[in-house]
Amino acid sequence: MRIICPNCGERDHREFEYLGSAKLLERPEGGDAAAYHDYVFQRRNPSGENAELWQHVMGCSAWLHVVRNVTTHEIIEVKLARDVKEAAL
Amino acid sequence: MHYSALQILKNGLSGNKGWKPVWRNPEPKKSYDIVIIGGGGHGLSTAYYLAKTYGIRNIAVLEKGYLGGGNVGRNTTIVRANYLLDGNLEFYSHSLKLWENLEQELNYNVMLSQRGCLMLAHNDGQFDSLARRGNANLATGDDALLMSADDVRAFTPYLNFDDARFPIRGGLLQRTGGTARHDAVAWGYARGADMRGVDLIQNCEVTGFRIEGGKIKGVETSRGYIGASKVGMSVAGRTSQVAEMAGLSLPIESHVLQAFVTEAVKPVIDTVISFGMGHFYISQSDKGGLVFGGDIDGYNSYSQRGNLPIVEHVAEAAMALMPMVGKSRMLRSWGGIMDMSMDGSPIIDKTPVEGLFLNGGWCYGGFKAVPAAGAAFAHLMATGEKADWATKFNLNRFETGYVIDDEGTGARPNLH
Ligand SMILES: Cc1cc2nc3c(=O)[nH]c(=O)nc-3n(C[C@H](O)[C@H](O)[C@H](O)COP(=O)(O)OP(=O)(O)OC[C@H]3O[C@@H](n4cnc5c(N)ncnc54)[C@H](O)[C@@H]3O)c2cc1C
Ligand SMILES: [Zn+2]
Repeated sequence: MRIICPNCGERDHREFEYLGSAKLLERPEGGDAAAYHDYVFQRRNPSGENAELWQHVMGCSAWLHVVRNVTTHEIIEVKLARDVKEAAL
Repeated sequence: MHYSALQILKNGLSGNKGWKPVWRNPEPKKSYDIVIIGGGGHGLSTAYYLAKTYGIRNIAVLEKGYLGGGNVGRNTTIVRANYLLDGNLEFYSHSLKLWENLEQELNYNVMLSQRGCLMLAHNDGQFDSLARRGNANLATGDDALLMSADDVRAFTPYLNFDDARFPIRGGLLQRTGGTARHDAVAWGYARGADMRGVDLIQNCEVTGFRIEGGKIKGVETSRGYIGASKVGMSVAGRTSQVAEMAGLSLPIESHVLQAFVTEAVKPVIDTVISFGMGHFYISQSDKGGLVFGGDIDGYNSYSQRGNLPIVEHVAEAAMALMPMVGKSRMLRSWGGIMDMSMDGSPIIDKTPVEGLFLNGGWCYGGFKAVPAAGAAFAHLMATGEKADWATKFNLNRFETGYVIDDEGTGARPNLH
């Protein structure tokens, strides 16, 4: 897999660290235990497109929002996680 | 047919014409008392114990492909009971005891070989944590032997002791661990279940559930609707997707794990060895191939083949630990989809849908669990109670805080 970092260009995926589902951008407000349980542990785990967080640890260090097909491993879209988060606000 | 030395002799003398197919190939009935989804090691052993221990005979196992075509036929066959935490300790201890009697139980040669499992440490911290693990295993009644570097050298002299990048500090050996013939385990349980009247239905994919008033009524399949009072899911890497059809969201991600085998060589590795620096473990099959593997690829995947970086990493680790493997040629590599749970431990429990049960989240360690998981899942489905050896694999443990994080890596399946 090769990921196109918006800052650095196309790089081998070994330059990036995988965190997990991009739902981690939507941290729940307040102290609702059920919402936190869902946030920390529950995953949709689809077999097609999955939105994920990757960090370009061996490059610019930016957190990236990557949409990837988890069956074919095709990278569909890469954005800065910050931009995705701001757009959602 | 009861298998015995006499049968082999008789058939050998009569041109091997007396062997019969090992199971029937029945058409699905309209309904069953219990339907198990998934004809892997877990689904088949669950059906076997339901029939054998609880006398329930009106059972079907529905398999979308062929029996044993999933992870049960793709794994590296390591059987051991050297986990660290309560929940896992007593479960794998029980499973190993079932393994030790499995051939007699099934009248089938699963080729269990208790050749030992050696985990290596390369620094003081790792050595201390192996000592702690060994104590936990001894306290559970399982075998553990802490070895110095010299002990390890005497036991496995072919490892790199002289100019290793990560010198071996010591190891922890479980002499009762080892390997088994993976396919034979699936076939042995399938045969035992079929003999007791269980319908093993292949090429039958479950495509939906019929649920009325919060209660399971049956399953939609590629071969029509099949009614059932109780349904058990044992679908490994497909756990999230099958559960989603029943409206459930689970603490599971699917990841791919690769394995490798070399061409056959003469006997050289008579145990199972796992490297402590980087992910690599190796054993030798009875055919002579060196069977080895490493870590999961590290990101969600439903592809039954992995990517090349892990191949490279595993090969580098192999060369660092055991330079002689560089002389052998790799024959095949393959991948399987792992149902990675968020704490690295499995789930054997009821679900919020009445009559629907879940056995999943086995990560990369569910082969050694086949006997005890099937027995526990059968117990749960037959009696509604948790089996003594599997009381902690609860679905709600992520809410209550009773997670069983044996690796101590947190809710990060790619790090387990
Ligand atoms: C490379 C590799 C190495 C491994 N090494 C080890 C090891 O050394 N030791 C160890 O203990 N474990 C190991 N494992 C893990 C172990 O193989 C699995 O945890 C275990 O086999 C999973 O349970 P199972 O046998 O029931 O799964 P499977 O054999 O995968 O069975 C699940 C079945 O469900 C079927 N299914 C899925 N969806 C549907 C549907 N909708 N309808 C009908 N059927 C369906 C599938 O076709 C499949 O046959 C390894 C796994 C891999 C891939
Ligand atoms: Zn970058």
